[in-house]
Amino acid sequence: MTTEILEPPGVARPARGARIPPPPGGGDGDDREPAPRRPFLDNVRLAMIFLISGEIMFFGGLVSAFLVLRVSAAVWPPPLQPRLPVAVTGLNTLVLLASSATMLAAGRALRRRDGAALLRWLLATAGLGALFLLVQGYEWARLIRFGLTLSSGAYGATFYTLIGAHAAHVLGALVWLLVVAVLAARAPLLERRAGPLTACAMYWHFVVALWPLLYVAVYLA
Amino acid sequence: MSVISASAHAHVEHHELGFLRTYVFSTDHKMIGRQFLFLGLMMMILGGALALVIRWQLAWPETPVPGLGLILRETGGILEPSTYNMAFTMHATIMIFFVVMPILAGGFGNFLIPLMIGARDMAFPVLNMLSFWAAFVAGILMLAGFFVPGGHAAAGWTSYAPLASVVEYTGVNWGQNLWLISLFVLGISSMMGSINYITTVINMRAPGMSMFRMPLVIWSLFITAILLLLALPVLTSAAAMMLFDRVLGTSWFRPSGGGEPLLWQHLFWYFGHPEVYILILPAMGIASEILPVFARKPIFGYHAMAFSMIAIAFLSWVVYGHHMFVSGMNPALGMAFTVSTMIIAVPSAIKTFNWLGTLWGGRIRLTVPMLNALAFVSMFVIGGLSGIFMASTPVDIYIQDTYYIVAHIHYVVFGGSIFGAFAAIYYWFPKMFGRMTNRALGHLHFWPTFVFFNMTFFPMHILGIGGHMRRIYNPLQYEFLQPLQWWNVLITIGAIGLGLAQLPFVINFFWSLFAGPRAPLNPWNATTLEWTAPSPPPHLNWGGALPTVYRGPYEYSVPEWAEDFLPQTVPAARAGARRH
Repeated sequence: MTTEILEPPGVARPARGARIPPPPGGGDGDDREPAPRRPFLDNVRLAMIFLISGEIMFFGGLVSAFLVLRVSAAVWPPPLQPRLPVAVTGLNTLVLLASSATMLAAGRALRRRDGAALLRWLLATAGLGALFLLVQGYEWARLIRFGLTLSSGAYGATFYTLIGAHAAHVLGALVWLLVVAVLAARAPLLERRAGPLTACAMYWHFVVALWPLLYVAVYLA
Repeated sequence: MSVISASAHAHVEHHELGFLRTYVFSTDHKMIGRQFLFLGLMMMILGGALALVIRWQLAWPETPVPGLGLILRETGGILEPSTYNMAFTMHATIMIFFVVMPILAGGFGNFLIPLMIGARDMAFPVLNMLSFWAAFVAGILMLAGFFVPGGHAAAGWTSYAPLASVVEYTGVNWGQNLWLISLFVLGISSMMGSINYITTVINMRAPGMSMFRMPLVIWSLFITAILLLLALPVLTSAAAMMLFDRVLGTSWFRPSGGGEPLLWQHLFWYFGHPEVYILILPAMGIASEILPVFARKPIFGYHAMAFSMIAIAFLSWVVYGHHMFVSGMNPALGMAFTVSTMIIAVPSAIKTFNWLGTLWGGRIRLTVPMLNALAFVSMFVIGGLSGIFMASTPVDIYIQDTYYIVAHIHYVVFGGSIFGAFAAIYYWFPKMFGRMTNRALGHLHFWPTFVFFNMTFFPMHILGIGGHMRRIYNPLQYEFLQPLQWWNVLITIGAIGLGLAQLPFVINFFWSLFAGPRAPLNPWNATTLEWTAPSPPPHLNWGGALPTVYRGPYEYSVPEWAEDFLPQTVPAARAGARRH
């Protein structure tokens, strides 16, 4: 009864006028000759878009919780708590934004098939990311010395959780970037290397784009 | 049939993988699906045992639970209040996160998506494997909580702050921490899985398989994956905040430090309501798959089915406040949540109407999967109707936190999701394991389960209206509940019967796994793609070329066609030529 089901495509053309009645339930009409579909986005880019949407929901949870506490507080920042380093972190924001630009340059180098330039730009991106983390770490150490810790009320809790969650994501993206850089350094530039690099670049742009929002919400507002 | 298997064997690559790569660290979506299924079934034994412990305590309070004396040696098997709290907390946690989600979304999601859209595997097989092993680690972490000093989490599966966020309130320290860490890891697992499902459904469909030629179960799993992707991270963030409150001394939910306990409820239910649909949508898809096959009729209103699932998923984001009517809410906001919740009844009713429309005038075959699918539809209607009562704020203020809620959740999650899971197991067992299940044992499982299910959960509505609070240790301590105590005894007898009724299922499952009759390619005469692959499908599913799809998935009793079903893969010309 089911002997013909593995018919290769293209063998059967619908005979002229041959038509099965339209399906009452299911499907979008029949008799359309199946054609190979061309996906509008490849698997890696599509998956990264969904990963980033999930990450946005994660940070959405944290930021909305922060905003609830921030808005319901009578005085913010609370008295007798150290102030956050707005200026230094502002400069640091520029460092992180610059790393997105170098990542774009790496993408251009990949399209030119210029392996040396690709590696250079990837390492520049990683360097800027590491610089951002170092400055953040230095500022954290200073804040802790001034007495702002995780357990010093909602102010400290929200600050360290939000900024720490972002820093953990930058760190993760940095490790990923270094792995991709090693892949790019080891083997000649092949098209199939583009997948991991594309994914990593998309993630990098995400953690960079997230930062100005957190900076405005946590440091400025 | 022989033609197929011959060509399939000729083309399948025989690269032998070792035992570890085949059964343990497999990247094959079918093996990962089976692993999720086994994880869920094993955890179901534990979750069910905890349910019976709870029921014993409620029917015969503070008497030794048979067999529990071996574990609780100090009390001789008598449940203490703290142990009772732990039992109901972990019953719900295990059943929701480690039974229904692994079986339906993890097990059948993995097994069915590539097979039913005509793909050789998931888009990212290694990520898929990592998703299972992350879920496995989450399960181990969750089980580890039973063995730490202070016992496991005991603040309810919702773990409301401040009860759960302050160690002193329950005396549970690492149990609750492990609960939070486990859900954090499960969130990562779910993210890996859902990204994979969504990408696979969008990009990996066989030639001719347009979105509106996909079987409805694939639609349901696709929508479930989107809900998982967007809902679970919110729980993950909330779990991280609570863990920091407990371990690092932050003040997210601690009022003394400027925190807000109610914040947890908002975050939890923002995840929690989509979660309810994560549990039920795959079962809805399964019923939509099984009813047409055994009614020999096309599904009634395919497009309405797909769009109503999309509507349910969308609405699930704007109704979460109905879990918090008595938590302190602006009455205008409560009204908005009442209305949005009632609107969700509309797409649900469309689905029910279409299931009935599918059955209407069909040539119904009461096979075991069909019986379970019919039980799903009828029990889901009862659970859905009691949900409308709760959506109304004035009614909810009276029945909230009573056994009415317990009855509702069990009609939806047991009557809905678990009957859906049983239907799916009986229906796809031949494809999953290449063997047929035993029909007599299937009936011996279904009928007692159905009867005892209603005996267990229907009287809970009555208890709830009578004011029986949820999560009380000893109902006899309340004078107004003493006349209702015989209901509790009846429910417990029903629950014990429900537990015993699962024995034929266990016997059937394992007996059929090893000694069942070999399954043919297409035992149910169904039209969808998975039935064109060998039973069980080999690595990469189809030897030779991938199937090509020419039509929608529910072509049963097609006029002028010799057989009463027209598979998706029969070319249009041949279908025309073989008309009578």
